[in-house]
Amino acid sequence: MSKNGKETSPGTAEDAPIGSEVYWDPPEAPAPDAGPDATGGSETKDEDGAAAKERRPLMHAERVSKLFPVKKGLFGRTRFVRAVDGVSLYVRHGETLGLVGESGCGKSTLGRTLLKLLEPTSGRIVFDGRDITHMSHRQLRPLRRRMQIIFQDPYSSLNPRMTVRSIVGEALSVHKLAKDAAEEEAKVEALLKRVGLRPEAMKRYPHEFSGGQRQRVGIARALAVEPDFIVCDEPISALDVSIQAQIVNLLLDLQDEFKLSFLFISHDLKVVEYMSHRVAVMYLGKLVEVAPAESLYERRLHPYTRALLSAIPVPDPSKRRLRVLLEGDVPSPMDPPTGCAFHPRCPRAEKGKCDTETPLLAELEKGSRHRVACFHPHD
Amino acid sequence: MADSVLSVQGLTAAFDTDRGRLRAVHDVSFDLPRGQTLAIVGESGCGKSVTALSVLGLLPVPPAVIEAGQILYDGKNLLELKEREMRKIRGGKIAMIFQEPMTSLNPVYTVGSQIVEAVRLHKPLSRAAARARAIEMLKLVGIPSPEDRVDAYPHQLSGGMRQRVMIAMALSCDPDVLIADEPTTALDVTIQAQILDLLRRLQAELAMSVLFITHDLGVVEEFSNNVVVMYAGRVVESGSVEEVFAAPEHPYTRGLLASVPPLAASRGAAKQARLQTIEGVVPDLLSLPSGCRFAARCAHKKSEPPGFEACDSDEPALFSLGPGRASRCHYSQP
Repeated sequence: MSKNGKETSPGTAEDAPIGSEVYWDPPEAPAPDAGPDATGGSETKDEDGAAAKERRPLMHAERVSKLFPVKKGLFGRTRFVRAVDGVSLYVRHGETLGLVGESGCGKSTLGRTLLKLLEPTSGRIVFDGRDITHMSHRQLRPLRRRMQIIFQDPYSSLNPRMTVRSIVGEALSVHKLAKDAAEEEAKVEALLKRVGLRPEAMKRYPHEFSGGQRQRVGIARALAVEPDFIVCDEPISALDVSIQAQIVNLLLDLQDEFKLSFLFISHDLKVVEYMSHRVAVMYLGKLVEVAPAESLYERRLHPYTRALLSAIPVPDPSKRRLRVLLEGDVPSPMDPPTGCAFHPRCPRAEKGKCDTETPLLAELEKGSRHRVACFHPHD
Repeated sequence: MADSVLSVQGLTAAFDTDRGRLRAVHDVSFDLPRGQTLAIVGESGCGKSVTALSVLGLLPVPPAVIEAGQILYDGKNLLELKEREMRKIRGGKIAMIFQEPMTSLNPVYTVGSQIVEAVRLHKPLSRAAARARAIEMLKLVGIPSPEDRVDAYPHQLSGGMRQRVMIAMALSCDPDVLIADEPTTALDVTIQAQILDLLRRLQAELAMSVLFITHDLGVVEEFSNNVVVMYAGRVVESGSVEEVFAAPEHPYTRGLLASVPPLAASRGAAKQARLQTIEGVVPDLLSLPSGCRFAARCAHKKSEPPGFEACDSDEPALFSLGPGRASRCHYSQP
């Protein structure tokens, strides 16, 4: 096992220029016509063939950071909250990447930054081979159709003065996806049916629906424009348990049917594991562990992942594990600890190492796709 | 039950609304054995919080009406007490912690002065002694440097710390019964684990009885001895946690347990499988079906031959299945 990040994973080397390297994993099963150079390509924009497209993730981000300025007092110095700090990740076609972490860790900010709903402070975001980092609103508009978001609270994200018909129809008309009113109407009806709502729902207003039904409206609106990539920002957190399962199943069905890619943001680790192919764990703006779901939940290399998973109450006495209780709270992202941000709460922290040096996200064994940012991972 | 510290019998609580009288809690009975934890679990609108608020006489009357029932504590029916007598019990003998500590703490007073106020309401202590008690309580709930934090305002504390302050305040008068209404719902999992651990430790140290209101079945399993499952204002199942979780009797309980994805589920085949769901939504309490309230969503009922109509016509009784174990389902009829 190598502790040297540069050797095992060139993509996380902090001094390499952005855009100079391939840092995503090769696809699980290479496309049949993929040549021997399946992992050799180095620049996305040069590749054009179908095989290359197959290899390339739908969306990837390189060392994306988002800083928010915070001003203290009238003449105070402006300080910055590092909400997202140098995050690299990718999402493949038809894949779900789960993103977990505690409140305030920056997971929602990351989701919004990837969609350019927030401007990234630095880094690079590539969607389907096109660098969207510095695109203007106008340039972005045709791509916007392909990138959608579903919010946590479907009530505050649906206009209370609009009927469901106009909420879903608006998405269609903005992107000119229907020839006339009749076609728009038919499309809205089909969409509502697809998410499990009756056609009568069209004439109703958001407040007339229950939470689960409102979330279905939110999903119908996102689906209306036939997107490829949807950021699901805590889509089930506000719902009752029995309704959560309905929405989870709906999202899985839609993913199969339309080959959707999801970034599934949640603090519910059970649902994330259930939904996701790969899972990323975030702490104080940084990814601390990224791995295929089963590997992450089985090995739990990072001490934070371990504590997070052991904290979940499970309704099954036979599955109960030893609990790792974390001391204290998440530190302020305005004033993050030096070195590894987790070291003040970490049971394995080493004095003189973890509090001074920052661990890089790197594969523990080459080719395992299991990346962890820790000097003393479990295993 | 032999030694129950709190006993609720046939409680029916309703609200007068524009559309008529809404029975949020309908003929609910349970016993809280001394020193144990009873969980009331259910989805939003099932009546679990209204039950908790009734125990403390905190429902706003009107529009709320207690139509029937008894709440027995220490040989007295709490529903018959005068407000002055109730005030002695509320916060003293029976204390409560709420879901959102930010809205239940007063933002313009320090946490210390709020604990002092609670203590002096119930105990003949001087201001200085009450402050010492506040610091002692903050220390008990694991707040670092309590001598300083006693002068902090609620907004200066994190969510987990605020919930600890709420617990400190609730416990400052040595209550017999602690009612915890979704105390960890607003918290992150790691903080939730800390708070549950704290509650468990304090319950053992102080020999408290806890009425735990939650929608999280995982929390119920870890924290409680007994469980009452509520649906649309009714108790649909009750029993010990081991029995109910090992062999849920009511289709609603079964559905609830099945709709939580198991952690570290076996992948592959299971990955493509869908979660089991309870279809449909909770019925409107103002226009309840004449039969079983769960019938429209019930998996068990649908799989039966159409000849079985009791589910649609008669509401089932709460059938006893043994000591402390009951289920409100026609199929549970002995």
